[in-house]
Amino acid sequence: MPDNAALQRLSEGLRPIEAVRLSLLGPAARLAFRSREAGIGPAGEAFGVALPREANRFGQSGSRFAFWLGPDEWLLLAPGEDAAPLAAAIEAATLGVPHALVDVSSRSVGIEIAGREAAFALNQGCPLDLSLAAFPIGMCTRTLLGKAEIVLVRLGPELFHLDVWRSFAPYVIGYLDEARREFA
Amino acid sequence: MTGSFRTASGGRIDRAKPLAFRFDGTTYYGFQGDTLASALIANGVHLMGRSFKYHRPRGVVSAGSDEPNALVDVRRDDARTTPNLRATQVELYEGLVATSQNRWPSLAFDAGAMNDLFSPFLPAGFYYKTFMWPAGAWKRFYEPKIRAMAGLGVAPTLPDPDRYTQHYAHCDVLVIGAGPAGIAAALAASATGARVMLVDEQAEFGGSLLAETAATLDGKPAQQWLADGLETLAASGNVTLRTRTTAFGYFPHNMIALAERVTEHLASPNPNLPRERLWQVRATEVVIAAGALERPLVFPENDRPGVMLADAGRTYLTRYGAKPGTRATVFTACDSGYRAALELAAGGVEVAAIADLRPQVHGDWAAKALDAGIDVRPSTVVTGTLGRRRVSGAHLAKLKAGAVGPAETVACDLVLMSGGFTPSVHMFSQSRGKLVYDPALQVYLPGTSVERERSAGACRGVYGLKAVIEDGYARGEGAAKDAGFGTSSPRAFAVEAAELGTDGFIGAVPHGRNPAFAKAFVDWQNDVTSKDIALATREGFRSIEHVKRYTTTGMATDQGKSSNMNALGIVSEQLGVGVPQIGLTTFRPPFTPTTFGIFAGAARGDLFDPIRTTPIHDWAAERGAAFEDVSLWKRAHYFPKTGEDMHAAVARECKAVRSSAGIFDASTLGKIEIVGPDAAEFMNRMYTNAWTKLEPGRLRYGVMLREDGFVMDDGVVGRLSHDRFHVTTTTGGAPRVLAHMEDYLQTEWPDLDVWLTSTTEQWAVIAVQGPKSREILQPLMDDIDLSRAAFPHMSVREGHVCGVPTRVFSVSFTGELGFEVNVPAEHGRAIWEAIFKAGAPYGITPYGTETMHVLRAEKGYIIVGQETDGTAVPDDVNLGWAVGKAKRDFVGKRSLERAAMSAPDRKQLVGLLTTDPKIVLEEGAQIVAEPGVKVPSPHPVPMLGFVTSSYASATLERSIALAMIKGGRARIGTKLHVPMPGGSIEVTVVEPSFYDPKGERFDA
Amino acid sequence: MLIINCPWCGARPEIEFRYGGEAHIARPADPSALSDQEWADFLYNRTNPKGRHAERWRHIHGCGRYFNAVRDTVSDFFVATYKAGEPRPDIAGETK
Ligand SMILES: [Zn+2]
Repeated sequence: MPDNAALQRLSEGLRPIEAVRLSLLGPAARLAFRSREAGIGPAGEAFGVALPREANRFGQSGSRFAFWLGPDEWLLLAPGEDAAPLAAAIEAATLGVPHALVDVSSRSVGIEIAGREAAFALNQGCPLDLSLAAFPIGMCTRTLLGKAEIVLVRLGPELFHLDVWRSFAPYVIGYLDEARREFA
Repeated sequence: MTGSFRTASGGRIDRAKPLAFRFDGTTYYGFQGDTLASALIANGVHLMGRSFKYHRPRGVVSAGSDEPNALVDVRRDDARTTPNLRATQVELYEGLVATSQNRWPSLAFDAGAMNDLFSPFLPAGFYYKTFMWPAGAWKRFYEPKIRAMAGLGVAPTLPDPDRYTQHYAHCDVLVIGAGPAGIAAALAASATGARVMLVDEQAEFGGSLLAETAATLDGKPAQQWLADGLETLAASGNVTLRTRTTAFGYFPHNMIALAERVTEHLASPNPNLPRERLWQVRATEVVIAAGALERPLVFPENDRPGVMLADAGRTYLTRYGAKPGTRATVFTACDSGYRAALELAAGGVEVAAIADLRPQVHGDWAAKALDAGIDVRPSTVVTGTLGRRRVSGAHLAKLKAGAVGPAETVACDLVLMSGGFTPSVHMFSQSRGKLVYDPALQVYLPGTSVERERSAGACRGVYGLKAVIEDGYARGEGAAKDAGFGTSSPRAFAVEAAELGTDGFIGAVPHGRNPAFAKAFVDWQNDVTSKDIALATREGFRSIEHVKRYTTTGMATDQGKSSNMNALGIVSEQLGVGVPQIGLTTFRPPFTPTTFGIFAGAARGDLFDPIRTTPIHDWAAERGAAFEDVSLWKRAHYFPKTGEDMHAAVARECKAVRSSAGIFDASTLGKIEIVGPDAAEFMNRMYTNAWTKLEPGRLRYGVMLREDGFVMDDGVVGRLSHDRFHVTTTTGGAPRVLAHMEDYLQTEWPDLDVWLTSTTEQWAVIAVQGPKSREILQPLMDDIDLSRAAFPHMSVREGHVCGVPTRVFSVSFTGELGFEVNVPAEHGRAIWEAIFKAGAPYGITPYGTETMHVLRAEKGYIIVGQETDGTAVPDDVNLGWAVGKAKRDFVGKRSLERAAMSAPDRKQLVGLLTTDPKIVLEEGAQIVAEPGVKVPSPHPVPMLGFVTSSYASATLERSIALAMIKGGRARIGTKLHVPMPGGSIEVTVVEPSFYDPKGERFDA
Repeated sequence: MLIINCPWCGARPEIEFRYGGEAHIARPADPSALSDQEWADFLYNRTNPKGRHAERWRHIHGCGRYFNAVRDTVSDFFVATYKAGEPRPDIAGETK
């Protein structure tokens, strides 16, 4: 759980609102992987999730995710896992191939937003079209929520995950809680 | 009691739901579905306000958002008081409290009305001409007086307690306006499967159909057709319907701003609902179906309460069941006046006469009116009206060959006027579309589009219900098609409705009276008369943009919705040139006034900006730390003990660091991990320093320049391995530095195999500084030897502290032996507490940014942004040593080679010591060579520089300062002066290092 | 708010982007070989055209990439966007 007591208090104090459910996700291994073409295949193999080549899409295998964030940038996410062995495996697989692997497990926190009005709440700060046609299940992207940058992931028609730099998380939680107030 | 002017039946009000409301202290009754204006009219109340300049009694003119006169203040409580609301748009609710504006002491008797008596002395440009003398009087006397007299309502002073929300929305086709054209457009577009959004500013969809009692559509009464159409749209699943939603701004690339009033019409709103929503809609295609506004006629005393637009009078009767009077005179230049006269006559309002500006009337309107027993007078003008707080009669006179004959007075309590219809081109014009003048219709119509929009129906000059509906349908279909959807099945509409023709009039109606005593209003809200506009043209104003500013016509909150075309007509006639040659003023957002609340949205209080806190923040807060804002971060400023002020706390913290140990939260420092085979090469190009030879495990202080050679940022950089650097930046500079690096890497050197990852938030950073820091930390280290031999100053080691992975830097920004312990953020507080506990026997003291600033100033370390201001090169701030002279190139190098960058008279960093050690200079104070200069000085005094940092140093038991001074290094040892309002302060220029200048304490 | 077509992510709203000034101004390979005037031209002097302008944008709150765009400074509409390193597209009716 996060050390950030302000966030802790905020998340514990959240009202149960069925139309827009808001919760903090647990700790996870997060690795920022950067590479040219040669490293993409081996890194995905070592991680166990093929790194997507298609822009703004994620791959998933079991509970591990590989998010495309840029043409040479992936965020590898393994909830509940330790980053060190994952990093070691990827480093071993990409030995001699120019790349960068940085452990960013503690940089951000995960937030889940779910419910029939989840997209409506997100759209109070996120400028993207969140219809299923424009932002389908399987899509992920960096974008904005109000004045904070977020990584937005769609896992289901009414299920989104956000990855937010930790110091912005209280703002993002507060913003979404305010956005969903009309459903309380 | 529901008002003696209420019809027995009909209209869209809900007679089963009576509502009590108050206007100017009197209780009245209306019905659900009334506006404040319709309810007052049903109660026989027409006097709803006083005018802005002359304080003339004013009644309601229109029935919509174009209302210039009936501005009221609606009050729920002290904080929820809204001025300047149009009574025609205020929906009635139980207990509504409204007051009129621009009157003192009361609406019926207003002291300011004496302006009206003096009005011959208040011509256009009066304010410009009169209140300019004597100098200074404007601010002291005229402006406050004029503002008090002329204000448009009073804003509440309490914080706004309501919530406002902001929403992004997307659709394939946005239809603005839900009159017949808009409904038809939405039906056509939605039938293709396109995502459609239909919005209308009124409480109900339907526009003109809501007042339609005679027409049939597809064999159904118009209102039934409307209900069926709305049902189809609501059931379609791909249509968003929003009433009470004003499209107020058209922004580039089809972004339309909508203001939705969510709870304004409710007696007791749910506090969880927003009062209003701002919608920022991105539409692939837009259909503007904004309709047309009826145009007033400009004739003398056309502003008396009881004078209103013909179609407004008809709307009050048919839509709201409120008779606007008992005996009407109709003054018209088009068929609309006839339709209103006939429907009012059928509704029980006597119509005394129709004065028709036209010599003859096309179609059968005149015959119908004569059949109804109405006195129809062609070629007739109204030359004035009678009455004070309500019109009591109208003067009618024949026009013969342009001359006005003798007037006959007709008694009436209602004058309906119609000068034809002006297409509502506001949104089209805001979209930057080009307007084209149509000389036949005497109106501007949408011409070439810029955005992906199209107008439909009356707002593009299509008149007649059948034509409007068919146009709407075709335009809706076309929009959907252009948005990538198929065509809907063709629809023909069987429409039976009155045909109104397209006649109209612009300008001032001839009246034959002495112009000095005849006020014919063009702009009601700003009290501009035809005479004012004529005067402006006589005084040489030729462009409508200038006439507008000189007379203020069209500059009120209604943006000239009713006045613009008549103003153009008057200028055109006065100058004898065509309307298009005069120009057209620009339509700007907002279409109608918009609350500040929706622009703020959620951005207030704790959500105004993200408040970034570190993992150690709460520990500091629990100990009563004072915080300061550094960019979006909250940083502990100092840790006062009971009874301490900042000065005392900082003195204690400084002494602790110098004598034993202090602990400091440096987590906010920016961090970038630079990884890849070309990492060192990239560092060489980005920083002034040389990096190739920096061994893994060592640190170096790096200086970063902009390409113009000026210092941009600095920070300590650790080399973790041959291909991995841990770079730190200033707190505020972190995003800027990363973007600067990405710019060069991506666009100049894409061939380099190196990547940048922000790790600012990955690490909590705990600085332990002071002679005891090694002793405190060593026992906590699992696998790092902190000894002098194993871990020299400016080194980095990776390992574990209390079982947690760590990167430890031996680095000092204080001048003492010191370490910075980086741990993953979630462990930050635990490790901080462990160090604090281990340091307790040594008196370890938490310190904040103020102490950090003092300690570094004692050492003469600069802070980028405090000593530097974007015009300092490294040498200016004594960082010349950090510039790799042997390097062929780095960002900023070529600029440093310019001669001016090494000129001896550049401002250079020096220290200052005041002759009186107790005086702490003011940061930013100017420095001169001349002693005893007074502030302000009677003669020019050359400025040599300014104080950049200044503190009381507890360690040195005196004040110290840093300064940037022209040729400062050459002035070391000399005396300079800091002129201040309390007297000039003498200082001595010294080396900018006050404490341990040889740096012997790092390896203590 | 403009819609900008990121060559990687597609059409996205302007607030996800940062403007980056005029495009196709390569940093000289050997800056020290330039005269002061040439260096000043590189640093400061820009074409500022009325009409089509090739300029840099960065999808900073998206894929993070810098890319180039041709935007008409009169209409504020984009004519084309293309990846960094690609040549400026040859578009008819171009005002240089
Ligand atoms: Zn992108």
